[in-house]
Amino acid sequence: MSDKGTNLDPWYDSYADRTAGLSASEVRALFAVASRPEVVSLAGGMPYVSALPRELVTGAIDRVMADGGAMAMQYGSGQGTPAIREHIMQIMAMEGIRGSADDVVVTTGSQQALDLVTRLFVNPGDVVLAESPSYVGALGVFKAYQADVVHVPMDEHGLVPEALREAITAVTARGGRIKFLYTIPNFHNPAGVTLTWARRVEILEICRSAGILVLEDNPYGLLYFDQPAPQAMRSIDDEGVIYLGSFSKTLAPGFRVGWALAPHAIREKLILANESATLSPNSFGQFVITEYLDQADWRGQIETFRDLYRERRDAMISALGEYLPSLTWNVPDGGFFVWVGLPAELDSKAMLPRAVKELVAYTPGTAFFADGDGRQNIRLSFCYPTPESIRTGVARLANVVNGELDLLRTFSPASLSNPATRPQSVVVPPPNTN
Amino acid sequence: MASSELRTVTVLAGGISHERDVSLRSGRRVVDSLVTHGIQVELRDPDAALLGHLTASRPDVVWPALHGASGEDGALRGLLEALDVPFVGSTAAAARLAWDKPTAKELARRAGVSTPRGITLSHDAFRELGAVGVLAAIAEEHPVPVVVKPARGGSAQGVTVVDDIGALPRAMVDAYTYCDDVIVEQKITGTEVAVGVIDTGDGPLALPAVEIVPRQGFYGFEARYNAGETTFYTPARMDSAASEAAARAAVAVHEALGLRHLSRVDLIVDAAGTPWFLEVNVLPGLTETSLVPMALESAGYELGMFYAALAEKAVADHRR
Repeated sequence: MSDKGTNLDPWYDSYADRTAGLSASEVRALFAVASRPEVVSLAGGMPYVSALPRELVTGAIDRVMADGGAMAMQYGSGQGTPAIREHIMQIMAMEGIRGSADDVVVTTGSQQALDLVTRLFVNPGDVVLAESPSYVGALGVFKAYQADVVHVPMDEHGLVPEALREAITAVTARGGRIKFLYTIPNFHNPAGVTLTWARRVEILEICRSAGILVLEDNPYGLLYFDQPAPQAMRSIDDEGVIYLGSFSKTLAPGFRVGWALAPHAIREKLILANESATLSPNSFGQFVITEYLDQADWRGQIETFRDLYRERRDAMISALGEYLPSLTWNVPDGGFFVWVGLPAELDSKAMLPRAVKELVAYTPGTAFFADGDGRQNIRLSFCYPTPESIRTGVARLANVVNGELDLLRTFSPASLSNPATRPQSVVVPPPNTN
Repeated sequence: MASSELRTVTVLAGGISHERDVSLRSGRRVVDSLVTHGIQVELRDPDAALLGHLTASRPDVVWPALHGASGEDGALRGLLEALDVPFVGSTAAAARLAWDKPTAKELARRAGVSTPRGITLSHDAFRELGAVGVLAAIAEEHPVPVVVKPARGGSAQGVTVVDDIGALPRAMVDAYTYCDDVIVEQKITGTEVAVGVIDTGDGPLALPAVEIVPRQGFYGFEARYNAGETTFYTPARMDSAASEAAARAAVAVHEALGLRHLSRVDLIVDAAGTPWFLEVNVLPGLTETSLVPMALESAGYELGMFYAALAEKAVADHRR
């Protein structure tokens, strides 16, 4: 090798600016153990697809192929098939949304819809308003397009309208250009909270007044446990909202079929962007899903999923109460996630190596903030493990928390300054010589 | 045994450790290299079925590519020895010595190799004796800058360079998260190098030293496993005297610990040309960004041919 040395990447200086920060991290590497069966993973948001009867899917596939299958295996429309778009309208109607199937654009998962919308609107440096915390996949997209993410606080009722006003004012005052508000109003990932109806109305009004588009991401809306979530924001405003939906949680993520419902002009551009990215969304997946929706009791299946996830939520809440009573957490009314608050001295990211040793995986809160916040939080997922595994996982998490607290107390500022922790000397009297 | 006679190799990679991801990458690279030489290779992630599988399948040789505890602390190797299965790499006893950094440092010192002054402390020691007093004693005897690291573990996980004494408690916490024992040792200023030591039958041989220059900060996890974040010079930019001293030191460590087949010795060579031993690895990384493959290629070895030769040596050693 020459005296110039090598950095093993001859293209290092050629990458686009937007790739800055794309690197393998130690945290990401630690998650490799989550795939081991010995590890209880409370980290990933993987739906429990085993609850979907296999014959419903194989039957749909067989019927698609029996009908020739040629169209299913061919490139399709960049907008998605008319048949699935009609079904999507029926599904969205369950949450109050009305509109035209012509305004639906089918994508490769709603993740791709998120990417396409961001591609359409965000120039480097543009501001995206997002809840605090927000979905890690969305933050990754926004970062890839070099957006300036401004987090807006939530409470137990979701995004705080007054905080939104303040954020808009602050960004505008410094000359920032806000392109959209990204929100997950139902059973928020990761916070678990649901935006109230009154706040939906208020937030839409705030955004309408400020000329800010709303990007409503709703993968969990039908997975309520006791009562339906408030109707979609898109049901209130069809010009100021782009709605993202998905089959990943109500059917299965492996099909990679999601969608965007957008105002007409935006929809046109979305179709063109979609074609540019993938030529056409997954034809085979669309045909199979359409057949499934035509023939199967898909509403009943969603009910099955609700019952299953409700039981697992209950298992997690019960286990938290038993093993980690000193922590704080929300009780979600649907969806997959519990957002846990740690004692101030703990750092959820720094604790991960101990979690590996204890054979439990969780997602540190730092994953859900663009600004490095979140060290005092953990996202726990109850969707995939069984109730028994959830209990085991939470018990192991308690070992992690307690082990870390024990370690930190040894080195805490209090113990470092507390005279009681200083070594004590004992005066030994001389032997009695009498 | 010619490489064509080496029919089956089982590469073990993954496992449950902080370095699982690195292990999987190393394992896959070994597999890819061996396959190019017509060797049938099986890649297995160790689980409860492994020992029974090895007993039943009896591969010609096992290649443990398990970074982290069970792969490097001698446990797995001890079991392979008990099963009478040939394997690549150091014996269980030697691996145990190398895995524990304080032990390896002491053996290196006794072999005449310089190693930074330091102290090894358990978490219990802080608990029992009080953090105040212990930290004061450390600061007195080992003034900053110091390096704080877990006594066992790799990939620079849990390692912190402490330049400000106020940062020492946090560094201790980060290290104890990985291991119950932590080393605090003086930081040596100089050229950071890694020297691979190989032995395919003619005795231990030092490969060209690889000089490590991180783009920023120190050679931590991100710098190791992200191409572009570190610049490597092979051979290291040292004069011949320093290069030879580094090579001698690496071989001395390899021999003092009774290592076998392949190791990587990490050193800092100071301005006077003295190599200071930091740690030795009986299962060095073999990923796309790892140092030993870099050194092998610099020395003219073709990886697949070398790995096959190493596997053959393992079989030959087993027969003795």
